[in-house]
Amino acid sequence: MNAATAVMERQAFLPNWPKRAAFAALGLYILYALSTLEFTWARFMRGLEQGSKFLDRLWPPNFAPDKLMLMSEGLLESVQIALLATSVGILLSIPISLISARNLVPGWLSWIGRSIIALARSFHPMIVTILFVKAVGFGALAGILALIVSSIGFIAKLLAEAIEEMNMKQVEAVRATGASWVNVLVMGVVPQVMARFVGFSAYQLDSNLRNSTIVGIVGGGGIGATLFTAYQRFDYDFAMTILLAIIAIIMVSEVFSGWLREMFQ
Amino acid sequence: MSANAKLQAPIGERIWQRLSPAQRLSRFAFYLLAVAAIVWSLRRIEIIPEFLYDAPQQTWDLFQRMWPMDWAYYPMGVHGALMETFHIATLGTLLALILGLPVALLAAKNITKFKTLNWIAQFILVSSRSVNSLIWALLFVAIFGPGAIAGVLAIGFRSIGFVGKLLAEAIEEARPGPIEALTSTGASPASVLGKGYWPQVEPSFWSVALFRWDINIRESAILGLVGGGGIGVALDSALNNLYWDQVGLILFIIFAIVIVTEFFTSYVRGKII
Repeated sequence: MNAATAVMERQAFLPNWPKRAAFAALGLYILYALSTLEFTWARFMRGLEQGSKFLDRLWPPNFAPDKLMLMSEGLLESVQIALLATSVGILLSIPISLISARNLVPGWLSWIGRSIIALARSFHPMIVTILFVKAVGFGALAGILALIVSSIGFIAKLLAEAIEEMNMKQVEAVRATGASWVNVLVMGVVPQVMARFVGFSAYQLDSNLRNSTIVGIVGGGGIGATLFTAYQRFDYDFAMTILLAIIAIIMVSEVFSGWLREMFQ
Repeated sequence: MSANAKLQAPIGERIWQRLSPAQRLSRFAFYLLAVAAIVWSLRRIEIIPEFLYDAPQQTWDLFQRMWPMDWAYYPMGVHGALMETFHIATLGTLLALILGLPVALLAAKNITKFKTLNWIAQFILVSSRSVNSLIWALLFVAIFGPGAIAGVLAIGFRSIGFVGKLLAEAIEEARPGPIEALTSTGASPASVLGKGYWPQVEPSFWSVALFRWDINIRESAILGLVGGGGIGVALDSALNNLYWDQVGLILFIIFAIVIVTEFFTSYVRGKII
């Protein structure tokens, strides 16, 4: 017994058996998952062959004027979808996050706010788009509504968390002067969460822009429909043009949102 | 000079302002730009008002068709696809970790001292993130044909940007003290990475992996819409056949899986961090 404890003391890094077991289980699962994919070497080689043909047809991108017109129409619609969805989403997120913050409102009200947020977060924007396409028909409106839902899920959740984490002393100080609820909000809450709020909103604008390029695949408007059609017609050089344009727009938007975050720091 | 005069004025006459004129101007320019962009979008966007009139009936009709759900379809068409969704998410995350780690090392400025390499790595990360996983799936379906392989590759390539960016940030935040101590003993670069950086980065590595896996479960549920395998294939065929009771069942299953995954990841995160 004594000898055993002595050995234990001398060992610097004790083996962590539960951790090892968890990793072994994970490794076994990954092997099993790989085996279900029916991934064979022949298929991989065939894929590479196919891939080089595909790359040949992808390059050079097609910059024909009529294609560019078609693309710019779709891209502009995507940008419009993202802008409208983000602005409406922000407007709706503010009241929802306020009624979800447990340090500002009574418990039953925050429970309602939290349920709205959980509901908005539970489905991928594409699935929400499918439902809205059924409800309001094909077109940009379905995409806008779907992205509003996902914006609420993200901004309202993080804003509510930011409000719950803020320093209550400042709020109490404002309250002690006899300020109304709105004044408490403007003078005690907004200054503490504004920088983070701008950060979430800028991130959501990026994310909406990314998603607005795919909602068209299921009928939600924007460049997605054009891209999907180009693929289905094996019009790969045009698809490449669209892909490059999407990447360029996203990069510009990332620079813009970084600049925005700095400005409101 | 006027600013100086203001500073030297007696306290009572000084004007206190939170923002400098340049800051105020740039904020004003931003507000102007935002309003202009929204007005432009509102005027240009095409919305067909006739479609809106029957939206409430259509929504009601949708829910009526979805209920009751077609549970008999679960063992036939949903269970296998659901398992495939799990496999796609896990293998995709693994692929992203394997491919993303070297890129993260190249992107971290304290490990790779060459600016050009940093830039190249950043470019790879940003391109990976800019292309949506559905669009990655379109690319890989064109190469490998429809199926789970295209899905795994799409999830993996989309996640490289996310995993690589967060890992590079974690590596850059590592404290230099232990690294210097190791370097001064004459440790090889591999030992510095393994014994100096890895213990500091390990918690964020696992939390990033877990976080991305959680996101990938949601993403791999829809890849089937473009042929990437998983439960999305079942959803796509149910939608195309207008079997709304099957659509209802699949949506319910996806919802349940997302909830279970969220509980599982928050439990594991509590255990390892």
